[in-house]
Amino acid sequence: MSLLERFKKGLARSREGFSRRLDHLFHRGEIDEEFYLELEEVLIAGDVGVETGLKLVDQLKEEVGRARLKERAAARELLVQLIAARLSAPEAAPLPEERPRVILLVGVNGSGKTTTAAKLAHRYRQEGEKVMLVAGDTFRAAAIEQLEIWASRAGVDLVKQQAGSDPSAVFFDALHAALARKTDVVIGDTAGRLHTKVNLMEELKKIHRVIGRIVPGAPHQVLLVLDATTGHNGLAQAARFHEAVTVDGVVLTKLDGTARGGIVVAVREALDLPVRYVGIGEKMEDLEPFQPEEFTRALLE
Amino acid sequence: MFANLAEKLQETLRRLRGKGKLNEKDVETALREIRLALLEADVNFKVVKEFVAQIRERAVGQEVLKSLTPGQQVVKIVHEELTRLMGREQSRLESASSPPSVLMLAGLQGSGKTTTAVKLALHLRRGGRRPLLVAADIYRPGAIKQLEVLCRSVDLPFYSNEKARPVQICQEAVKQAGREGCDYVILDTAGRLHLDEAMMAELREIKAQLKPVELLLVVDAMTGQDAVNAATAFHRELGLTGIILTKLDGDTRGGAALSVRAVTGCPIKFVGVGEKVDALEPFHPERMASRILGMGDVLSLIEKAEAAIDQEKARELERKLRRQEFTLEDFRDQLQQLRSMGSLEEILAMLPGAAGIPKEVKQLSLSEEQFKRVEAIINSMTVAERRDPSIINGSRRRRIARGSGTTVQDVNKLLSQFAQMQRMFKQMGSMGKKGQLKKLKKGKRGFPFF
Repeated sequence: MSLLERFKKGLARSREGFSRRLDHLFHRGEIDEEFYLELEEVLIAGDVGVETGLKLVDQLKEEVGRARLKERAAARELLVQLIAARLSAPEAAPLPEERPRVILLVGVNGSGKTTTAAKLAHRYRQEGEKVMLVAGDTFRAAAIEQLEIWASRAGVDLVKQQAGSDPSAVFFDALHAALARKTDVVIGDTAGRLHTKVNLMEELKKIHRVIGRIVPGAPHQVLLVLDATTGHNGLAQAARFHEAVTVDGVVLTKLDGTARGGIVVAVREALDLPVRYVGIGEKMEDLEPFQPEEFTRALLE
Repeated sequence: MFANLAEKLQETLRRLRGKGKLNEKDVETALREIRLALLEADVNFKVVKEFVAQIRERAVGQEVLKSLTPGQQVVKIVHEELTRLMGREQSRLESASSPPSVLMLAGLQGSGKTTTAVKLALHLRRGGRRPLLVAADIYRPGAIKQLEVLCRSVDLPFYSNEKARPVQICQEAVKQAGREGCDYVILDTAGRLHLDEAMMAELREIKAQLKPVELLLVVDAMTGQDAVNAATAFHRELGLTGIILTKLDGDTRGGAALSVRAVTGCPIKFVGVGEKVDALEPFHPERMASRILGMGDVLSLIEKAEAAIDQEKARELERKLRRQEFTLEDFRDQLQQLRSMGSLEEILAMLPGAAGIPKEVKQLSLSEEQFKRVEAIINSMTVAERRDPSIINGSRRRRIARGSGTTVQDVNKLLSQFAQMQRMFKQMGSMGKKGQLKKLKKGKRGFPFF
């Protein structure tokens, strides 16, 4: 199965309800006010957010007027273009040549950081890199054991300490080890934290500082792990994590369910954070690079 | 965008002040705001649609009380309807006629089942019960270990068996419960997508074999529109008896609560409000309604205030304020009345915006301390000093500080705050009657005690 096919399969189910409604909407008759109202609802139902949804509809109205479109089908194509344009991102800045390259995963509880860390490790391992996982979640019970199992499945190094130890200290040790072992890619898991908890966000900043002190310029990529079922709160999450540790991109997880993950459109709009990967299953291989064009078409077609 | 629906509506409907009735067009304007506010709170769009239709019916032609603005009246209707929809009463856990009572938890990955299982067990144990926790998630790496570690940390009995099938694990657990004299068995099942047919079949089998008295769906409060899909599927496949809402300690408005309640009809039994194992609270429909509307828990705050404040005293206070005879004794009385409404932390948590502002929350917990200190300082004064603080000189300050176990600085701080307060009341008195209370509230930043 090609990457594209698997990605589409993952999206197929989320597409069902949404696009059936859209098809129904778009293929029938002329463009009128009711059409726009329904459209607004469809976008909101996909979790793109009220503000972004209304904005998209307004922009569509404008462009439909400018292009003097009459048919709903034509307006539909225009909407695809609008959303795709919003989601498309410049190629991810290539990770630097010097080693180790450090990737840090952050996010709220239960978003899927540990699983994503494992999937990323597997990915880089497949590319022939020497990978190290860092068990930075020292808070959640058995999070270390969970990552340990993944590390052995993926065949990568794991650096850990005892549960309850200072996560910054774990990263301190891990990065020194990575330098000594000439590791190519270090992938750091962190404890889930609600973005509203000041002390936990401070802890995260400290982790970030410690990493940078040992490997200048690191972490090279901070990825926010966002659950596709998240509603408007995803925007607040992104904003607060970005504020704390300067996020480079989003990993959208659990896209294999019925959730559409539309909040990433709002996140992109408000904070200019691109989606880098999507999680579409529970196996190590179930992580794909985000493809704006595919994502949008799958969402709307 | 809609930090506070109440304010937004008041703004929209300000021009209606003085009208006896809201006409249909006014209502439509208000309904649009309500609709957007609910959508922003992540209430499912279909649920919003039905809900707004109900509001429309009630709001058109509704008499508007003279003392309220139309905006407030509409908010009140919305709030009442929301509360009603979420179930007026708190719902308790069922128990089986012959022990052990089996409680089964289900939900999507990452919704917080395992943490909730432990919280629920501790809740039962506080009530004198003896719960056994069962890890039936043999799929996710580390899942069994996670529950085991948590159980050990709080000394709760735990059962699992990595080599058995989930149904067997649960059956063995019930036998174990019998041997150990446990009267509750809590099943922590595997988190899986509701689309996963095999997983649903497994849950159905566990349900059929174990006959749980409660089948609780664990839902992340931050969930968006998809909450209805998951809840509908779980309910259809399994027949839920209740909902537990998790991660409500963040700044999510939690519209998912309304969505899942609306599509399943099941009561929300508990809410998870923190990472600590005791952070599980009974669900309060009213509070949730206020939260969804982004207006804090103002209404129940007002109710509490009405219940706690002696009307006679309140009138007397007003008289004193107007004549600028407000003394430290009155101030202490006020503090005591305020405290009889509950802890200050609790009260302030009900105010709009408090939930989302961790820094302020931190200050709140300080305030409780300050509260006690202020009371101690006033109690250490003589009657004469309380009535006329201007006589409090240096040596009196030292005496008061010693008597209250505080420092002279604390005494000074209180006196200067009190003086400030008196100045404010003076201004209020000269400004006249109605509408000033609002300004007083807005000025609360400088007056931690009010």
